[in-house]
Amino acid sequence: MAEVDLKAVRKRYPNGMEAVKGVSIAIPDKALCVLVGPSGCGKSTLLRMVAGLETISEGEISIEGRVVNQVSPTDRDIAMVFQNYALYPHMKVYDNMAYGLRNRGTPKAEIDRRVREAAATLELGHLLDRRPRELSGGQRQRVAMGRAIVRQPKVFLFDEPLSNLDAKLRGQMRVEIKRLQRELGVTSLYVTHDQLEAMTLADLLVVMNAGEVEQAGDPLEIYEKPASIFVAGFIGAPPMNLIDPASAELSGPIPAGAAKLGFRPEDAILDGFASEGGLKIRAILDGVEPVGAESYLHAHAPAGGARMIVRTAGRARMEPGTELEIRAPAEKLHWFDAAGRRI
Amino acid sequence: MSGRVVFPNKLLPYLLLAPQLAITAVFFYWPASQALKQSMQREDPFGLQTTFVGLANFRRVLADPNYLNSVKVTAVFSLSTAFLALALALPLAVMAEKVVRGKGIYRTLLIWPYAVAPAIAGMLWLFLFNPAMGTFSYLLRANGVAWDPLLKDGQAMGLVVAAAAWKQISYNFLFFVAGLQAIPRSLIEAAAIDGASGPKRFWTIVFPLLAPTTFFLLVVNTVYAFFDTFGVIHAVTQGGPGKATETLVYKVYNDGFVNLQLGSSAAQSVILMGVVILLTAIQFRYVERKVHYG
Ligand SMILES: Nc1ncnc2c1ncn2[C@@H]1O[C@H](COP(=O)(O)OP(=O)(O)O)[C@@H](O)[C@H]1O
Ligand SMILES: [Mg+2]
Repeated sequence: MAEVDLKAVRKRYPNGMEAVKGVSIAIPDKALCVLVGPSGCGKSTLLRMVAGLETISEGEISIEGRVVNQVSPTDRDIAMVFQNYALYPHMKVYDNMAYGLRNRGTPKAEIDRRVREAAATLELGHLLDRRPRELSGGQRQRVAMGRAIVRQPKVFLFDEPLSNLDAKLRGQMRVEIKRLQRELGVTSLYVTHDQLEAMTLADLLVVMNAGEVEQAGDPLEIYEKPASIFVAGFIGAPPMNLIDPASAELSGPIPAGAAKLGFRPEDAILDGFASEGGLKIRAILDGVEPVGAESYLHAHAPAGGARMIVRTAGRARMEPGTELEIRAPAEKLHWFDAAGRRI
Repeated sequence: MSGRVVFPNKLLPYLLLAPQLAITAVFFYWPASQALKQSMQREDPFGLQTTFVGLANFRRVLADPNYLNSVKVTAVFSLSTAFLALALALPLAVMAEKVVRGKGIYRTLLIWPYAVAPAIAGMLWLFLFNPAMGTFSYLLRANGVAWDPLLKDGQAMGLVVAAAAWKQISYNFLFFVAGLQAIPRSLIEAAAIDGASGPKRFWTIVFPLLAPTTFFLLVVNTVYAFFDTFGVIHAVTQGGPGKATETLVYKVYNDGFVNLQLGSSAAQSVILMGVVILLTAIQFRYVERKVHYG
């Protein structure tokens, strides 16, 4: 039962920078927890504290019920996939994967069995005699994965493992990682700044901002009910439209203290019928972004100038400058107070 | 973009190169050609007459047991110096990496010895270990060591090796520090997570990744010990006792300028020139495109 528990974890770097400001996360056994947030929000720092590569300034991290604050990375029984893969350049692929097992005194035959098994799973069988520099980016990524899985650790840690791959490969590997993690049933902590990656991978999604957790929970729930303007803007692409309630026509009541009103591009209707309690806003079309199966209409409100995006199916043929009437149903509206919190 | 600079004046580039070319010509090509000429001549004792003797000087030099002894001395001296200088610089560099406070000061202090001229370095060691007045000689003898580098071959060799290596430690230190910094931290971290203890990480990850630097330094140190240690030897032992520390370069000087056997000395320096060319070729071939990991 390798659950990972973070309790009020803080990190202050020697230069005074407080990168993590009291984060508590409970990752259940076998779950894949994704930390997502903009660059510099402290994701890597948090992950590295779980790995034991950074000291923990305050708080407590435990793995499988054991507090590991003072335990060295060597003894935490974790495996990590680095952003740059950190493959040992002077070792062949086989030795890269066998290194961790050798250090732990695993019998030779067992090492060989496990390395070949992992290589087969990751389709690396024909590359075992190569050195990392003779591999493509995607292959290196697989070796890094292989190095992690042969160890059969309690916890997998991933620090933006796919960010150096091209879009197509990234999509493939995303599925692959999810499948492997399911099959192996290893509790995992995965860091990314890519919200799509986060949404598709996570069992437990944690949205971070400036060293703090903005929201944690089921990814779809977070999508449906973002706890703050920050989350609303970060999760979902294109991001949620945020407007000043005063600039729109609202046929329903405005909640007390509401300062911002949000609706997702896919919830906007162009020429539908106004529903009870819904929103209506005039906008000028700035341009159309056709992405194939759907199009994104970029527009701005003449009153207040708020920018909005509307998603429509198929190909929209409209000229920039066209006046639009954008509507959104009441149940799809998100209200936020002046501090940016959900109402 | 070809990155090429085009001079408006055809003459200017040559003019700009002229000083360097002149220096090379006066201090290298001319003496080298003189040596080549002299190596095939024999001069009478009064310097009045020279005769062309072809390769006779070379034949004599290569058959001379003293010369062969000097080859052996040079090999022992160079390899010991290079090995000692590398073996001491590496742990210093590794430790310098770990220093948190005062890193700059620590490094600067370790680099200083490189600024000391070889002859001065030699004198320093000579004074410290002089059997008559050296502080360390006193300490050694007080501890029951029969210390007398003026009479004992091995001790004399040890002393010149130490003096020569001491100076080179700084240089090696600098390169090792740079080499260590070039190793991505994530590799060390990955190894730690892979269960490798500190020493194991060093020998299985850091040391192999430093191999290109180490090889480069081995060549540079050997070349240094071969050709740049005249000052040290001259100051400390003058090739003695007997010929125990007479390296090839020192022998060229001894035979030519002390014993005035110009033909033999010139032949020796031509041989050395060949060795330099060979070592430089090795350096360019293997070091310039050293083992690259990536
Ligand atoms: N070793 C360090 N010393 C001081 N500050 C650091 C150090 N590492 C990271 N930081 C700072 O901590 C913050 C969080 O960094 P990081 O965890 O790498 O963010 P992320 O992975 O989310 O992009 C950043 O502002 C970064 O500049
Ligand atoms: Mg990061």
